[in-house]
This record gives sequence, C-alpha cells and structure tokens, in this order.
Amino acid sequence: MSKILTVSPSPHVTSDQSVQHLMYGVVLSLVPAFLVSLYMFGIGAVIVTAISILSCVVFEMLIQKYIMHTEISIRDGSAIVTGLLLAFNLPSNLPWWMIVLGSLFAIGVGKMAYGGLGCNPFNPALAGRVFLLISFPVHMTTWPLPLQSRIQYLDAVSGPTPLGILKETVRSGATAADALQQIPGHMQLFMGQMGGSLGEISAIALIIGFFWLLYKKIITWHIPVTMIATVFIFTGILWLAEPAKYASPLFHILTGGVMLGAIYMATDLVTSPVTKAGMVIYAVFIGLITVVIRIFGAYPEGVSFAILIMNAFVPLINKYIRPKRFGEEVKNG
Amino acid sequence: MIRTFNKGGVHPHENKISARSGIQGLPVPGSVAIILSQHLGAPAKPVVNRGDEVKTGQIIAKGDGFISSNVHASVSGKVIKIDVADDVSGYKRPAVFIEVSGDEWLDNIIRDGSVDREIKLNGTEIINRISESGIVGLGGATFPSHVKLTIPRGKKVDNLIINGVECEPFLTADHALMLEKGEELMVGVKILMKALNLNKAVIGIENNKPDAIQHLQSLSAQYGGIQIQPLKVKYPQGGEKQLIKAITGREIPSGGLPMDVGALVFNVGSVFSIYEAVQKNKPLFERIVTVTGRSVSKPSNLRVRIGTPVSALIEAAGGLPSDTGKIICGGPMMGKALSNTEIPVVKGTSGILMLPDSESRRHKILPCVRCGKCVDVCPMGLEPYLLMPLSQHDHFDALERAHVMDCIECGSCSYICPARRPLLDYIRLAKANVGKIIRTRRKP
Amino acid sequence: MTAAILYTIIILTSLGIVAAFVLYFVAQRFKVYEDPKIDLVEAVLPGANCGGCGFAGCRNFAEQLVKAETLDDLYCPVGGKETMEKIAALLGKEVVSQDSRVAVLRCNGACEYRPRTNVYDGVATCSIAAALYGGETGCQYGCLGFGDCVEACKFDALHMDQETGLPVVNDENCTACGACVKACPKDLFELRKRWKGNRKIYVACMNEDKGGIARKNCSVACIGCAKCFKVCPHDAITMKNNLAFIDSDKCKLCRKCAPECPTNCILEIGFPVKKPRPENLPEEQNKPVEPGIEPADTTAKNTISGKEEKQ
Repeated sequence: MSKILTVSPSPHVTSDQSVQHLMYGVVLSLVPAFLVSLYMFGIGAVIVTAISILSCVVFEMLIQKYIMHTEISIRDGSAIVTGLLLAFNLPSNLPWWMIVLGSLFAIGVGKMAYGGLGCNPFNPALAGRVFLLISFPVHMTTWPLPLQSRIQYLDAVSGPTPLGILKETVRSGATAADALQQIPGHMQLFMGQMGGSLGEISAIALIIGFFWLLYKKIITWHIPVTMIATVFIFTGILWLAEPAKYASPLFHILTGGVMLGAIYMATDLVTSPVTKAGMVIYAVFIGLITVVIRIFGAYPEGVSFAILIMNAFVPLINKYIRPKRFGEEVKNG
Repeated sequence: MIRTFNKGGVHPHENKISARSGIQGLPVPGSVAIILSQHLGAPAKPVVNRGDEVKTGQIIAKGDGFISSNVHASVSGKVIKIDVADDVSGYKRPAVFIEVSGDEWLDNIIRDGSVDREIKLNGTEIINRISESGIVGLGGATFPSHVKLTIPRGKKVDNLIINGVECEPFLTADHALMLEKGEELMVGVKILMKALNLNKAVIGIENNKPDAIQHLQSLSAQYGGIQIQPLKVKYPQGGEKQLIKAITGREIPSGGLPMDVGALVFNVGSVFSIYEAVQKNKPLFERIVTVTGRSVSKPSNLRVRIGTPVSALIEAAGGLPSDTGKIICGGPMMGKALSNTEIPVVKGTSGILMLPDSESRRHKILPCVRCGKCVDVCPMGLEPYLLMPLSQHDHFDALERAHVMDCIECGSCSYICPARRPLLDYIRLAKANVGKIIRTRRKP
Repeated sequence: MTAAILYTIIILTSLGIVAAFVLYFVAQRFKVYEDPKIDLVEAVLPGANCGGCGFAGCRNFAEQLVKAETLDDLYCPVGGKETMEKIAALLGKEVVSQDSRVAVLRCNGACEYRPRTNVYDGVATCSIAAALYGGETGCQYGCLGFGDCVEACKFDALHMDQETGLPVVNDENCTACGACVKACPKDLFELRKRWKGNRKIYVACMNEDKGGIARKNCSVACIGCAKCFKVCPHDAITMKNNLAFIDSDKCKLCRKCAPECPTNCILEIGFPVKKPRPENLPEEQNKPVEPGIEPADTTAKNTISGKEEKQ
C-alpha cells in the first residue's frame, strides 16, 4: 500500500457554512442599506464607512500582533463586520478621528480585551457607538439631513431625527400629533428619507438584507421579528391609550435604530442566546427596554442601550433556557 | 403523509451516486480474514483449527455469552491460521484466515434464486435459526438480532419498524436491496412478524428513494399488514431513536431502549439476511457493500463475502482513484477512516467511500462564536458547544449532569459548526470517560 | 449641609457596629473546628496540588495524614522521604520508607524506527487519537506523540523531542507524581526505582504482537524472544504476551540483559561509556556493577504506581 491515507474521527464532511461565510454574508446583506445611505448622505457615508472598516481591521491586526501575540485572524471577516456596523451607527458627518477612536474602543475594549472573536459579552460595534455617544454627545447627535448635502462631509446641513423632533416636541408640552406634522410621512420613512445614523434610515433596504440573511440561513427570524413585534405592540398599546401623547407604532418601528438593531445588532451571534426560546425572551426585553427609554427616558433613542443591557443577560439566559432533551419527558401513546 | 422526527437534524449533500447501479456479485477472493468480533458483545470462540478444511456457510466460531453471535466461513478452503488482523479501528483483533479453494457450499443451503413465500418454522424456531445463522444488525451497530428478538418478560412489543432510511450520504446498499429484493424483504418482514406474534409492521424509507417507496408499496398489497412510510430527508433519521420518533411519535426515555416504548427496529439488510437464513438456510456470510466516491470510476453496490479485503472491493469499483486522500468504512457522517486497505469486510461494513485529498483534511479550528447551530441540530437536545470545553477540562461530573451519555454520536454538531470545531471528538472522549466512571460506580 | 454630613457619619458608623455584631455571632454560631495540625502539615507539603498522592490536592492530603492511624498507605511522591519524615515527626507517627522513583517512557519507536503508515488529522491529543484507532504507525501499542503527558506534567519534567517524536523525561525535575502515567492512553509510562546518577535499564517497548509483526512495524520493538529472560541472574525479568518486563525492584543493574537483545529495545541510560572488552570474557557474576541508593531494599512494597502488576 503505497498511498498514505488520512485518518480522522467522523464526521468526514462539513456544511458549506463557515465563520467567513457568515461574516461576508452579513457584509453582502448590508449593501442595499449602504446604497440608500449613499443616495441620501452622499460622500460622507463613503468616508465614514471606509475609515471605520479600515481602522477596525488595522486595530485588530495590531492588537493581535503586538499585544496578544496570537495568530492574526482578520481574514475571518469579523473585524470588517464590526467596522461596517459601527459606521452604520454613526452620523455621516462625524470627524475622522472620532471614528478612529470609536473603532479603537469597539475592537480594543469591546472585543479583544475579552480575548477576541467569540469571547466578547457585548456587541463591539454598539460598545464603540455608545462610547462615542457618551464622549461626544453633540457630534453624535448632529445628524445630516437627507438629500441636502451629498458632496459635503463635515459641514453637511444638519437637523434632528424624527425621534429627536418627537422627544423635543413632547417635552415642550405639545402633542405627538404636532410633532408628526414636522416629520415626513410613513412611506418616506420606510424608504429612508430622514435624518439619522447612516445605516439605520432605510427600513426597506434593511428588510431586503434581512431576507437575504434568512435565505442564506445566517440568522433565524426569532430575534428580529420578536423585537420589532414587541416594539410595535408596546407602543401600540400606549398609542391606543393616548393617541395625542404618543406616536403611532408604525412610526416607532420605522424610525431610529429599531430595524438596524433588530436585524443586525441584536442578532450578533456571539452576544445573543443560543436557543430559540432564549432568543425570543432576549428580543422581547430589548423591545421593552427600547420603548421605555424612548418614551420615558432622557434619550430620544434607546436601541443601543437596550441591546447592550440585554447582552449582559445572555449568559444568564443561556444558563436557564435549555433545549429540551430527547426523551426528557416521556409522553407516549 | 410524510413524517419525520422533530428535534434537530441536518441535511448534508446526498451524493447517492451509486443509486442506479444495481447489485453485482464480487468474485470470491483468494483468501479471507474473518474477524471473530464482528458484532456487539463478546467475541466468538473459534471452533476450527489450523489446517481444517471448511465449506462455505460452515460455522467457524460460536457465540460466547448472552450478547454474542456465531461466525461462519464465507468461502470454502483451508484454515491457514488463527491469528490477529487489523480491524476498522486499526487495532488488531483475533481472526480466522482461510485460503480459498473452489466455492463449495454446505449441502443444506438452498441456492436457487426463487422466492420462498411459505413460512414453515414457528416463532421459537425462527429465533433459533436467526441465532444459529449469526445474524446481526447490518445497519452498522451489529447488535445480534436474536438477542433483540428475545423479549424480556414484562416487556411488550407492538411496533415492528423496518429501517430503510439510509440517511447517510453516499450509501445506497439498502436502496439497491429494496429495489432488487423487494419480494424477499416482504417475506422477511412476515417472518419477523411471526416471530414477534404481530400482525403489522412499518417500513420507513426516506423520500429521496421514490422508486423504492413505489416498488415496496406495490408489493405490500400482497402482503397484509406491512405499511410503507415515506419520510422527509433528514439526517440522522436512520438512528433508532429518531426513526421510532418519526414513525410512532414516541420518544425513548433518556438511557432507555426501543423496547421501553414497545418498538423494535430492524435494518432492511438484516431483514434480507433473516429471510435467507429462515427460508434458504443460509447463514450470514455475505452482505451488500456500497463502494463509492466522486472520483471512483464505477461506483457500485457489491455483494461481498465477509472477510474480503477492502482492496478487492476498490479494484472491482475501478481501482483507487489517484486523488484519494481518505477511505471511509461506512458513510461520511459516522463512518470510520481506514488506515490501510487490507482491512477485511465485516458484517457491519455498509460502504467504502473514497474521498479526494481536497476533502480529506480538516479545516482550521476557529473560536466558538456561540451561534447555537450545534444546539439547533442536535437530535438529542444536547448543547455540544458546552460539552466540548467541559470535556477538554475533564469536568466529568458536569458532563454527566449535562447528559453527555445521551449523545448518539451522529456528528451533526461537528458537521454544522461554522467555526469547524471538533465538537464530537471531545464529546466522544467525554462519553468514554464518563461511561468508565459510571461503570465503576455500579460495581459494588 | 453640616447636618447632612453628620447624619451620614452617624448612620454609617451605627451600620458598621451592627454589622460587626452580626458577623461576630454568625462566626461563633457556624464555627468549624479544624485540627491546627492540618495547617502545619500542609505547610510542609510541596503545595503543587498534583494529585500524585491520590487525593484532591495538598490540603486534602494533609487532612488524611492527620486523620490516619498510620502513614502506611499515604505517601507524597513529590516531597519524597524528606517531607514524609518531617510530617511523621510533626504527627508523631512512623513513616514507611519508600524508594525514590522516576518516570520512564516504555517506547523507543522514534520516527526513524517506526515507519508511518497513515496520517492522523484530528484533534492533536493522544486521548482522542487513541480512542479513534491504533495510531499513525503499524504499532498499536506505541507512543502517539501528541504530548498529553507533557501537558499533564506540572513539574516541567517532560518535553517532546521534535526529532524522535517522543517525549523525554527530565530526571532531575521528575517527582514521580504519576500524572503522566494517568495521562498516557497507551500506558507507556512506568515509575521505576531511581538509582544513583539516574542510571536505568528497562525494556522500552510495550508491543504485545508476535515477534514478526512487531518487528515489521518497528525495528526496535520487543519481539518476545526471551533471551534477556534467560540471562537475568536476579529473576527480575518476566515474559508476558510476547513482551519482556524488567522489575525495577529486583533489577540490580548488572547489565547482562541489554547486550542480548536482538532489537536493542532494552535501554541502558546514564552509565559511563563501556570500555570495549574482548569477546567471551566471563563477567563478574555477583557484584552489581554500580550499586544504587538502596541496593538492599529490593523487597520494598511498591505502592506508588501499582503498574508493576499490570496484565
């Protein structure tokens, strides 16, 4: 027998899905949202996205090489996804050095400090975003207006987001209905014509991405659908109780980061529960916390905080929500 | 109605390349090495000596103990030595080596090809005949069939399930058998029904074999009480527990046996051997083996004498492809990789699969990203992503509490893992270690 | 403002006092008596928590030592005689003396002697490879070379030799704790009596195959010819399953066996280079070539490893 055979334990075949496949699938699914952003915000979207991805990848590489002394694993695509999602959570007129700082926090503190891919309890992109939001509240809430200044980057014409308008108007004592008059209609919101972070504006583009992810079996429907439904139902109850004071549920799910958060941020594999039941519980609480922050809190938007808070509970959910074993409960007949 | 089991499962590429190639007989080889522990349980004790002349079908080793099985000569010739031979695990096992001369069968074996429909033996005689003929489960577990048929007092069996699922990718031996020997299978099922005193039986077949389903369905009209149940294609449906769940809806309790839910499962290969043993007096000394692989020039289903070296099967299928990197005995999900090609065929050999170099190597292992896919696909509802680190750090108590012993080693977790983590490797190790601990605890 | 500060101080102080009382009573109520000797004994133990004594860590062993009537079955292989004597003095008990021991690897199947017949491509640990199959060579008894023993060794006494693919024992560091014996799925390690200058003679093979098969798969395998068995003047060599075994408690290091071995699987280590002698010169019969530490103590019971009686 001349041929030297390979011997290894079974199984001898693997599925087509690999970590790279998952990561690049996410990147690909974000293309429609990016195109909408490009159309709405112009050059700023490109600059912010490019800086964010590049700095995330470079920081991951440097930290692995000089601090952790481990194999450089930027090719798995996870740093690209973090960079991309961080950029999608930033306004398109943010100065470059803030983006770099945010990336450093996202990768350095949010991910590598815990040991790298798979070890981080919090979504790194959201950690980066919240870090920037707390450090530079003015820059982070100065949103460029859509369709107004496609060729300007830093000095783009800016204005508040629909949620910001709502919060300010309600705070000043007027009704939600007054606020809604200053805000574009639902159809425009659905298409993405509003101020906001560069990736969160277009619900339609994000939903297209969602179906692509479902088709490719990269995520399951449980987290996004449950979370959006929770926001819808909770705000719906409030709206039905007092339509003058609260905005409609449709408005709530179309504005701000609900879509982006539900489809991309909350479904991050590493920081979400492993069982389906756990995912549903996790998503319900994200939805509830989001609405509580939006309506009763100081910030106009609460998706990022809600997801980060629930990230902290994921180990607990994984501990108590266990899959049912085969033959655990005997029900014959 | 198409049925399936509800928990977990994966769907690997089916690759049933040899499905249409029928069954060919492989010529008797020049010499055979018949391993004496081809079944689950105690190895058989040899009853021949060096230099003895044996005929095909003659008993050469007797089952030793309650769970054991007889072994028969698969060829006629002279016993040249009783020594050790490499088995599929690369460990040496006692074996009887026979040098072939001619092919003289025992006189009482009926060698005509006709279908003998009339069952003359009664229940006890059937079980005795099965025991004498060395029939074991041919699906891979090789559990002695007569032990399975001996129902302990106090247990009742009301569901006879015939496993024609063949959920492993690439393998087509059972498929070919169902197409070519449908009539014999039906009689075999009838024999089992008589032995168990039942008037119904279900044959479960996955939906990717519509021709087999149709063929058996048309035959079942003549044989009362036999139902053909199409099943959705999903691995590991051929697993006993999953198949019973799919067909009867009953779940075997953790640590239990099929009998606990009143079911017994037989592979179609075993049923065919039972037919031959009971109706034709022919002991189990040959079986159908699929020889396949994408670069194999003639993927085929061969009727092979037990003890034939694997190299002879590969020759018959057109030789070893030059790009071969791994040879697997069995299917790609649960089969064992061979370390050389001189290993003899045993009763449990369902297929020989040649994988090219490019598919032989494992992928690089990445950190767990906690995607939960392993939890999703585990048919037993376990959490492989937790079991692997527990096994790496020898937390045997925690492993036992996490029910690691429930694992059926189907490999769905390792198959699906996007980080290519060797989950099953560590779980299998944990099972071995925890099993040892449980056994020592049981001893007074 | 001052009032607020004052209140804070008063409240915190009273809280502290209440908590102190509560803690005191709880500590009194749930006090567990512990023999102070346990702490003393633990301080003497090496503190490696290696488990070589058979108990879960040094503290557990100290408890057992204090509890035990005699120290017959209790022995710390790491601390050795010295430590045990100290403990015995502390507890006022008699210590059973034990030979100092050292681990040896009973396989010499380096890459050059043992041709590879296949390539293993799974997780690189011996335990998983051994559970899967016989190994990368034709010899199913030999070292797999993935270094589970190196991983298990807490004393830096084992490392892999990249050239031979076999682990090497550092005799100075080895404490005979037995971790490698437990870690090796092929049972290749044995704890043997330690001689002066770390001299050793042992059969570096565990192959139970018949001679021809063994030799085909490994050129330095024991072929079970029993030549060493016949020549040994001290009855130290036994033959079982085509394999010779030298009992280190009976062996006197007379070195008669090694030259007899046709496959050189009996290793002699640590001896000064032998001067070439003329052929057929009768060797001195009764004088051990190099007396070890306790050459007379051959009857000492081996309670450390229990490996000697292995089937």
